[in-house]
Amino acid sequence: MMDEFNATKLDEIRAKISESRKAKKTCITVCGGTGCHAYGCLEVAEAFKDEIKKRNLQDVIDVRITGCHGFCERGPITVIQPEGIFYQRIQLKDIKEVISETIINKKIVNRLLYTEPRTKEKIVLEKEVPFYKKQRRIIFGNNGFIDPTDINDYIALDGYKALVKVLFDMTSEEVIADIKASGLRGRGGAGFPTGKKWEICREVISDVKYIICNADEGDPGAYMDRSLLEGNPHSVIEGMIIGAYAIGASLGFIYVRMEYPLAVKNVTMAVEQVKHLGLLGESILGSEFKFDIHIFRGAGAFVSGEETSLMASIEGRRAFPKQRPPYPANEGMWGKPTNINNVETWANVPLIINKGAEWYSEIGTKNSKGTKIFSLVGKINNTGLVEVPMGIKLREIIYDIGGGIKDNKKFKAVQTGGPSGGCIPADKLDLSIDFESLTKAGSMMGSGGMIVMDEDTCMVDVARYFLDFTQEESCGKCVPCRIGTRQLVEILTRITKGKGDEKDLEKLNDLSKSIKDGSLCALGQTAPNPVLTTIRYFGDEYEAHIKEKSCPALVCKDLIIYNIEPEKCVGCLLCLKNCPVDAISGERKKVHVIDQELCIKCGACLDVCPPKVSAVSKYTGNKKDRILKKASRQRAKK
Amino acid sequence: VEKIMSESNKDHKELIHLLHDAQKKFGYIPADSISQISRELKISESEIFGVLTFYKAFALKPRGKHLITICLGTACHVRGAPMIIDEFERKLGIEAGETTEDNLFTLETVNCVGACALGPIAIADGDYHGQMKMREVDEIIKKLKKEQGKDS
Repeated sequence: MMDEFNATKLDEIRAKISESRKAKKTCITVCGGTGCHAYGCLEVAEAFKDEIKKRNLQDVIDVRITGCHGFCERGPITVIQPEGIFYQRIQLKDIKEVISETIINKKIVNRLLYTEPRTKEKIVLEKEVPFYKKQRRIIFGNNGFIDPTDINDYIALDGYKALVKVLFDMTSEEVIADIKASGLRGRGGAGFPTGKKWEICREVISDVKYIICNADEGDPGAYMDRSLLEGNPHSVIEGMIIGAYAIGASLGFIYVRMEYPLAVKNVTMAVEQVKHLGLLGESILGSEFKFDIHIFRGAGAFVSGEETSLMASIEGRRAFPKQRPPYPANEGMWGKPTNINNVETWANVPLIINKGAEWYSEIGTKNSKGTKIFSLVGKINNTGLVEVPMGIKLREIIYDIGGGIKDNKKFKAVQTGGPSGGCIPADKLDLSIDFESLTKAGSMMGSGGMIVMDEDTCMVDVARYFLDFTQEESCGKCVPCRIGTRQLVEILTRITKGKGDEKDLEKLNDLSKSIKDGSLCALGQTAPNPVLTTIRYFGDEYEAHIKEKSCPALVCKDLIIYNIEPEKCVGCLLCLKNCPVDAISGERKKVHVIDQELCIKCGACLDVCPPKVSAVSKYTGNKKDRILKKASRQRAKK
Repeated sequence: VEKIMSESNKDHKELIHLLHDAQKKFGYIPADSISQISRELKISESEIFGVLTFYKAFALKPRGKHLITICLGTACHVRGAPMIIDEFERKLGIEAGETTEDNLFTLETVNCVGACALGPIAIADGDYHGQMKMREVDEIIKKLKKEQGKDS
C-alpha cells in the first residue's frame, strides 16, 4: 500500500482537496441524521442532485449529505453554504424553487425559513436561529459540513492534524499533560478526569494495553453519541489514536449499539478508510507507532454501558459487572490494562491538541470544562441536540434554545442522567449545568439526556417507568439490585393503581437506600435516583395518589375517567366509530355517552375528537367520583 | 499454558459476532447453529445459551414476516408511547414480544432508537413512523397486510 505515506503527504492531500473544491462555490448540505432520515432527507438530496444535473450545474454546485445538524424538530434540514441559508421542513416539491430562486436568482424562499414562534420573525441564516444562537458547537459544529462517509471532508477541515502534531512533536507525557491541563472530564456520566485516567493506565507496565470507545449509548432519550459517530466518526477515531499513543495501547475497540445501524455503518466505513490511508496499522504516518481499531456491535443490554460489563461483553461473555478494584486501568480486558472513554470524550481530544489546553479550559466553569452535548427531548418545542458551554443555566437551555414547552403548557421538571439520574423541578431552573451542581440537586450529568416534562406528565408514573426499565435491565448479579428494583416497581405500580398506603413512601426510601448500598455497579447504585428525586421534589403527587387516589396529571389509567362533555359534543360519530370496545353510544347530531363500565381508557376518543370541538375530557379524584355516581344513577333509572 | 489461554480467549471473543451473523441470516438462532458454534469455538452449548439469552438482540424463535418495533424511550413515553403499544397489542391480538399465529407480525419494544424528535415512534420493517397517533396504528397494519397480499 502506501509505504511512504507520511505527514507531508497528508498535507498535500489536504491542499489538493481544498483546491478541487474551490470550483464548487455553492454547497447544498442536507442533514442525514436518523431524525431527518425518517423525514425523508435521502429523497430530498436525490431530488437536488437530479435537478442540478438537469440544469447542468453539477460543476459549480455540490450536494452533500452531512451528519446531524441537531435541530431534529425541523427536519429535513437543508443549509446552503457558504452563506449558511437555513431551510427547514423541506419537501420534494420545494426543490425546483430552491434551485431556481435561491441558487440562481439569489432570492430567499420565505416559506421555507424558520419562523420565531413569539415574534413571527423569519430567520434566514442558520447561526441566527435562536436554537443555535446560545450554543457553542465546538465538537458538533463540523457535523453540518462533513459527509461522514468521505474521509476527505474531515481531512479538508484540518482532520488528523492533531494526530500529526502528537506523533512528531509531542511525547506521550506531553499529550497527557495537555489533556490534564485542559480539565477534560469523562462525558459518559461519572465525570472522571480524562488525563488522570490515561496517566494511571500509562504507568502500568504490561506487554499489551487496550483502549475502548464506549458507544453503547443505552440511556433512553439520549442520542448525542450516535449523532457524533454517524456524523463525524473521524473525530472520534482521531481522538482514539491520540489516546492510544499517549497510553501506549496497540489495540482499540469501538463498542457500538446494534440499535444504531447507521452509526455502525458509518464508523465501520470510517475505520476502513483510515486503514486504507495508513493512519491505522503498522508504522502510522511513517512513525514507529502502531495501532489498530476493531468495531464491536453490542447486542442489546443496557448494563453493557458499564465499563466492566462492556469489557466482559467484548470478551464474548454475558455483560456482568466486576468488583472494582482492580480498576480496568490495571486489569481490564483479558486481564490487561484497559482505558475506556465515551464517544464524546474521545471527540474532544483532537480539539484540545489543535487549539491548546488553555483555549479549552477557558470554556466552562471552575471544575467542569468545555462543552457538553445534550439531547433536549420530551415536551419541548425545539427537540434536538444542543451543545452548550458548561455552566449555562438550565433556563437558558429550555427557554432560549429549546423555545419553551410544547403547546404553551407549564414546565414541570427536567429529567437528566437517564435511568440513573433524577428529576429537577421548576424552582431549580436557574441551576448551573455542571457536574457538581447536578449531583447536588440529586440528579447527575449522565451521558446527556435531558427529558422535559410538563404539567401532563405524572411524576409517579415517570418513576415507575424508570424502575421498570432498570428492573428489566438489571443483570441479576447483585441481589439488592435484582430483587430490590422489582420491589420498587411493585410498590410504585400499586401507587399508580390507587392501591398505595401511607407506609409506602417510607418503604420506597428504605429500599432505595439498601439498593444503593448493596450493588456492585452504577446501574444498581443509581437505579433508585428517579424514585428518590421524585419523592423529594414531587411528594405532593405521591400523596395525591396514595391519600386521594387521584392522579393530578391525569395519566394513571386506574385513577382517571374519560368523559364526553354534553355541551360540547356535536355528535359527529367519530369517537363512536373509533372506540375499540364499543363503549360509546349515541346517534348523529346527538350527544355521545361513554359507558364507564366498558371503557378501557385507551384514549382513542380523545385522540380523534376534532381539536375545535374537543369534547372529551379526563377527570380524576372527586370530579371523577361525581361523574361515576351520576352515571350509575342514570343506569339504575333505565 | 498462558498461550493456550490467550488463544482460547480470542476464540471466545468471536462468540457474539457469530451470534449476530446467525441472527441476521436466519432471523433467529437455530438450535443446530448453537451446536456448530459450540464445536467451532470449543465453548459449551450451555454457556452459549447463557450468553444469547442474556442479550436482547438474539431470539430463539423465528420472527414473523413483518417486524413492528415500538420505541419505549423516555421521550416517547412522556409523549404517549404506552397508548400506542396498547393499541398495537389490541389490534394484533398479541402482547409485545410475541408473534401472531399466522406468522405475519412480530411486535417488539426497544428502549430507545434515538429519534426523540419524532416520538412516539413505531418502526415497521425498518420504516420510521413518527409522531404516531392511535388511529395510525390500524393504517400501518393494513398497509403491511396489503403488501403481503400483493406478494403472494
